[in-house]
Amino acid sequence: MYFSEQNKMIRKLARDFALKELTTEILDQVEESGEFPQEILDKMAKFGFFGIKIPKSLGGAGGDHMSYVICMEEFARVSGVASVYLSAPNSLAGGPLLLSGTDEQIEKYLKPIITGKKKLAFALTEPGAGSDAGGMATSAVDMGDYYLLNGRKTFITMAPLCDDAVIYAKTDMSKGTRGISAFIVDLKSEGVSLGKNEHKMGLIGCATSDIIMEDVKVPKENRLGEVNKGFSNAMKTLDVGRLGVASQSIGVAQGALDEAIKYAKERKQFGRRIADFQAIAFMIADMATKLEAAKLLVYNAASLMDNKQNASKEASMAKFYAAEICNEICGKAVQIHGGYGFIKDYKVERMYRDCRVFTIYEGTSQVQQMVISGMLLKK
Amino acid sequence: MRILVCAKQVPDTNEVKIDPKTGTMIREGVPSILNPDDANALEAALVIKDENPGTEVIVITMGPPQASEMLRECLAMGADEAYLLSDRAFGGADTWATSATLAAGIKNVKKIDLILAGRQAIDGDTAQVGSQIAQRLKMPVVTYVEDIKIEDKKAIVHRQMEDGYEVIEVQMPCLLTCVKELNEPRYMSIGGIMDAYEQTITTWNHEDIGLSPEACGLNASPTQVFRSFSPPAKGVGEMITGNTVNEIAGTLVSKLKEKHII
Repeated sequence: MYFSEQNKMIRKLARDFALKELTTEILDQVEESGEFPQEILDKMAKFGFFGIKIPKSLGGAGGDHMSYVICMEEFARVSGVASVYLSAPNSLAGGPLLLSGTDEQIEKYLKPIITGKKKLAFALTEPGAGSDAGGMATSAVDMGDYYLLNGRKTFITMAPLCDDAVIYAKTDMSKGTRGISAFIVDLKSEGVSLGKNEHKMGLIGCATSDIIMEDVKVPKENRLGEVNKGFSNAMKTLDVGRLGVASQSIGVAQGALDEAIKYAKERKQFGRRIADFQAIAFMIADMATKLEAAKLLVYNAASLMDNKQNASKEASMAKFYAAEICNEICGKAVQIHGGYGFIKDYKVERMYRDCRVFTIYEGTSQVQQMVISGMLLKK
Repeated sequence: MRILVCAKQVPDTNEVKIDPKTGTMIREGVPSILNPDDANALEAALVIKDENPGTEVIVITMGPPQASEMLRECLAMGADEAYLLSDRAFGGADTWATSATLAAGIKNVKKIDLILAGRQAIDGDTAQVGSQIAQRLKMPVVTYVEDIKIEDKKAIVHRQMEDGYEVIEVQMPCLLTCVKELNEPRYMSIGGIMDAYEQTITTWNHEDIGLSPEACGLNASPTQVFRSFSPPAKGVGEMITGNTVNEIAGTLVSKLKEKHII
């Protein structure tokens, strides 16, 4: 009902690609080494996965939000971390440039991330400013010819792998969210250093670290968008970001449900399949029903965005619900696997760890509740 | 150079189920795909196009209107033009009538330097249509091709044999039937899929390709399938275990004797 013919064919392609490329051996290797194979990223770029919903005129594939959701879903179904790599250029890295980039900035920064030649990080969060992004302390002082940046960004996905980052910083320290501007910062610039790679619970294979800036000179032409308008750029980017995390959530949840069903049919106890016990069968029914509800929320949000409607509330609802039920479904999938679910040889162990961050990053479930209720209870 | 690829939409399974009452294939619930060997043929054409800018790749199929979905997939992989030969009159065709229809369609496409076809389709497994098309178009044909090089107006190909391969030089235009060892078919691309739905698939009926209804489909098929059936399922095999090779061999021999096989 929600899908065009193109959407259906894109699902076929994404599923085929994910199943063929992201084999169990490769995913185990990623978990062990903490590194994701560059060859797979190159292939993803080659077949258009890094520019799914970026217009053709800017070097993308010219797809819609639904196509993006479908690709995220099919990749996450097989590998959570692969979907992080898929989302970056389409969402947090590409988003700020698509919204506010000048022609030169698009040429210099957006096009290379679509072709996979460069990687770009999105740096909003700080040690003291998580959900409260307006409370950030990173400063950008106008020095005439350039901006001088000082501060520390934290939990920056892919920072150790990136060439550049979009950094949000205060150009007016006296103001909250209305004093924030966005900058494109070359991570090799003098004064930029990275924190240690964080040891994460899940999504292993995509390094995350702090970005530290000490008197970093950023050329004027690297300011992204108007002065003091950076917060709106970040929030609009995060609207699409939420759709991405929501799609990841339904993808991982589908993967966990698939595994749970397979195992429940194979595993025998007391002389019959555990699927024949109502306790297990009803768990499966609950998981499948909640997943279906989450999918409809996600497809609805994508469809609104494709029809140029405001989807802030719907994207928040989709992200909130899909991330929560993904955790529930992965938890139950581990439960159905019993002791084997606690062992790394079984896929659900990884899914259970990977999905934990879905209710946290790009706006916690509680921030989504604030967004949703805020819109409903507006004075 | 213009390369034409013959493609067929087939059910996505190696275990085709037959309706025991009607003796026909059960297509319901079975997704359709581009025949695997034809995907290798298309990939070979696209590789030649990658290496020789200006090359055009044309795909042709005979089938019901739904086959246009498979043609869109071919476009999404990188083909330039697609033709669908679709007409009730084409229904019930055997390989003879199929090749007559495809050959008439190919003549209508015009100016083809090279025709690539899959070795055989996974539903019929006849491996006849490719060679028959070549015969009808009076072109040389090389079957079971596992390597292709194009030089001037010639193709130098490796023809797969059981214990090696033959190197054959063939004058173009010619027809080659391709095996899976030839290459690994590429994925469609996201941009390719978006474009594929903006391209036109040319659909031709029997009049468009200048065939009378008597010259195609069931009417023009000298062979007809008399009966189709699924072979009865084999019982579960038995694994013989034992501590030594002698013991295992002993058990095997006694079992064979029990059944009066030896």
